[in-house]
Amino acid sequence: MTVGIVIVSHSPDVAKGAADMVRQMVGNEVPLGFCGGNPDGGLGTSVEKILAAIDAAWSEDGIAILVDLGGAETNSEMAIEMLPEERRQKIVICNAPVVEGAVMAATEAWGGGSLADVKRTAEELSPQ
Amino acid sequence: MALPLETLLDTVSARIISAADELTALDSAIGDADHGLNMKRGFEAVQADKAGIFAKPPGEALKAVGMTLVMKVGGASGPLYGTLFMTLGKELPENPSVADLGRALQASVTALKARGKADIGNKTMLDVLGPVAAHLESGSASIESVRALATESAKATIPMKAIRGRASFLGDRSIGHMDPGARSSEIMITAVCDVLEGKP
Ligand SMILES: [Mg+2]
Repeated sequence: MTVGIVIVSHSPDVAKGAADMVRQMVGNEVPLGFCGGNPDGGLGTSVEKILAAIDAAWSEDGIAILVDLGGAETNSEMAIEMLPEERRQKIVICNAPVVEGAVMAATEAWGGGSLADVKRTAEELSPQ
Repeated sequence: MALPLETLLDTVSARIISAADELTALDSAIGDADHGLNMKRGFEAVQADKAGIFAKPPGEALKAVGMTLVMKVGGASGPLYGTLFMTLGKELPENPSVADLGRALQASVTALKARGKADIGNKTMLDVLGPVAAHLESGSASIESVRALATESAKATIPMKAIRGRASFLGDRSIGHMDPGARSSEIMITAVCDVLEGKP
């Protein structure tokens, strides 16, 4: 088992493209979920879709979520709060650029890193 | 007073839906031009769920409105307005006094600050909801004074510089535009005032 990665973008295309890049880097061993778009499919994010993506990527080792802009983060936080406590404490949102962060996080997860390792590796990309 | 919850919600929904273009125009000036559309989608979903929502007792009905907004809005305003309604549902007693309304709104303001990592003065919906909550809590609020305060507070966001949300990317260029979230909050408060005054 490894940490799972969830990609949340405002754009379904960006989410899908970032997920493709992750798959190319680390294959299918890292559980991966992604979503983009508002409930109507336009640019935006959806709590419902985020919950489904978390479910798709679920790992008992934890889930690292990568988000693009503000609403993706707020909606991801909301989604996490709606989950049962035992799941909530195993999910983190990384402060990192969504595409590069997802690839770095997945690589760390693939190498066996813990949830904290995965988050730290992704966040090394962000200016301190 | 017993709140006419269904009329309140119908009026708030109708006003927000008909202001969609205006809200989106405000958001296109300093954000990503989706606030009106997002709020319209949310309140249309609330209207579509109405039978289920009003089958519940008042507190639970307000929480259900909040949950629908969380699920359907599709932008940061979903969790934010969702939190507002869910907190009101949790905090409002059966027949609230004006001060009870103030306390419940103040609890929502506190929850919103945490949810949005924002504070009063950051050019957000809090700049309308915060002053209105404090005014209601003071116990000396009239419908007229609440309506005026909401309008004045939304206007007061024009010279503010955005610290939170997409508008913050603009830095000083966010100055000179009304915050779309402040405006949608003003519209809701005005709608509530109008209903309570008997002119929805
Ligand atoms: Mg927006």
